[in-house]
Amino acid sequence: MQRFIVRRLLYMVLSMLAATLLVFTLSRVVGDPRLLYAQPGGYGITTEAWELMGKRMHLDKPVIVQYFYWLWDALRGNLGESLLDRKPVVKHIVARIDNTLELALGGWIFATLIGVPLGILSAVKRGSIWDYLGRGFALLGQTLPVFWIGIMGILVFSVKLDLLPTGTRPDDISIKHYIMPAIVLGWFSAAGYLRLTRSAMLDVMDSEYIKLARAKGVNEMVIIWKHAFKNALIVPLTFSGLIFAGFITGAVVTETVFAWPGLGRLAFSAATDNDFPMMVGLVLWFTAMFLVVNFIVDLIYAYVDPRIRFG
Amino acid sequence: MADTGVVLRRRRAIAPSWSTIGHVLRRWPILPLFILVILVLTGTIGPIFAPHNPIKSTLTARNTPPMWSSEGDNKYVLGTDHVGRDVLSRVIHGARVSLLVTAISLTSGLIVGTAVGVMAGYADQISPRFGPHIDEILMRVVEITFAVPIILVALVIVIVFGQNFGVLLGLLAFVSWNAFPRNVRAEVLTLKTKDYVALAKVSGASTFRIIFVHILPGVQNTILVIATLRVGQLILIEAILSFLGAGVPPPKPAWGSMISDGRDYLGDAWWIAFFPGMAIFLVVMALNFLGDWMRDRFDPRLRQL
Repeated sequence: MQRFIVRRLLYMVLSMLAATLLVFTLSRVVGDPRLLYAQPGGYGITTEAWELMGKRMHLDKPVIVQYFYWLWDALRGNLGESLLDRKPVVKHIVARIDNTLELALGGWIFATLIGVPLGILSAVKRGSIWDYLGRGFALLGQTLPVFWIGIMGILVFSVKLDLLPTGTRPDDISIKHYIMPAIVLGWFSAAGYLRLTRSAMLDVMDSEYIKLARAKGVNEMVIIWKHAFKNALIVPLTFSGLIFAGFITGAVVTETVFAWPGLGRLAFSAATDNDFPMMVGLVLWFTAMFLVVNFIVDLIYAYVDPRIRFG
Repeated sequence: MADTGVVLRRRRAIAPSWSTIGHVLRRWPILPLFILVILVLTGTIGPIFAPHNPIKSTLTARNTPPMWSSEGDNKYVLGTDHVGRDVLSRVIHGARVSLLVTAISLTSGLIVGTAVGVMAGYADQISPRFGPHIDEILMRVVEITFAVPIILVALVIVIVFGQNFGVLLGLLAFVSWNAFPRNVRAEVLTLKTKDYVALAKVSGASTFRIIFVHILPGVQNTILVIATLRVGQLILIEAILSFLGAGVPPPKPAWGSMISDGRDYLGDAWWIAFFPGMAIFLVVMALNFLGDWMRDRFDPRLRQL
């Protein structure tokens, strides 16, 4: 187990380094990186400030050295300042991270509560109306464009029926504000959970030990929940890491549609405002979150399935 | 993931009670094919028949509802958008953009992905010493690319290079290539142990010949199935990127950016966002159905996909 953890940690560090390298390369391919940190025309800059900036970014040194200076700064949490208000990027990110986590949690709860039980139901009652309903739900989740569901949801439930708020996250937030964003964010993942749970469940229900349990005359509910469900859970569990990756994409889109003040919307506005330092900070931050979540999922996975631990 | 094949077999057993039409519709992907043929026709020759110029705005006709509505105008079948551009013409031209973008990026992704898969699977035949390492490295790289948050990367790249067509194609090619290597590699691993490959080698065929004449034809079905299942995702991602302003550069009409335009006029003009979304939905749905059907028919082993 220790070796496994060490290996995963190493992999994590390497991936993070790869991400920093990628972002750094992108900032240098345009030639003078100062062009990205001070858009000509928009903000106005004096020659002295320009030179000072070059000095601060160590542009007189070789690129490799520049990278390590930059990396060292990033490690200490110094990701630069937003071009818009000259406040540290980290401050912006920290101020909004809980909004995004809140939304992600809502989406995850929706995905799990709908995806896993419906998956089991449609596997156990294969060929029944439940199976068709479940698979239809999954199909829609994987084919409907996320942002379009969100916009149509706003049109129907907010503009026409006036049942739910159109979006955003006010200070006096109620459960109503979460409903649409969480569903829009979670539907795609719910579809994934459902399909995986269903096929894993079908596989397990077909195995010898379930047949034996049936032959012994074990109660069907006990078979489903005690024998089959536990073993069928492994596949959807490994999927959780990918779900989180989906949430990163989903957060950008969902938060943009619902004007939700989180990191995703910050990324969208950074892109529209050409705010490069902000974008770099967000990419690194999202990558780190993704890697940490994946690490935790791997640990749980190894705990549940000994073959991974000792493999 | 899904196991339509199993269900199909079950259905056939209880089939006699179904009507013949229903039966045929279930056995053959007629509806998806129909939708896709329409898409291809609209994308290729449709723009000739498009009633209006998709870029030209007519400010006097802003936000005209679809023609069946009481305030609609027969000139604008699906209504007009916030600057008076014909929605139908824009949807038609958007089909062309979607087709073009996915066709180019999928083809390049397919070639690169297949090449990587074959290389990984066949490397040890060329160099027994380094082959396994090459295999390992290639597959690790593929694994890492799955973790790349592509939308964020796209946003960074748009800041750096600006919004243009070439960048979009590159991004989508990057999204599409990594679906291929794993399954292609698995296929190559079994194919290379076949007797006919050994015989070809003994009779002095070059590596190049073995790969192109003996291995690739065996991988072809797998590639076809994965490609079909991947097109839908590509169209969705292209739409998302265009929606976020990181995709097809305006004023070229793309379905995603049309939805983004319509977002600000939801209360007054729902049709601006509705119809392009419907187009995406129908096309992706059709592709998914077709992909599932092809998988069950040509390559049931891929069912775990």
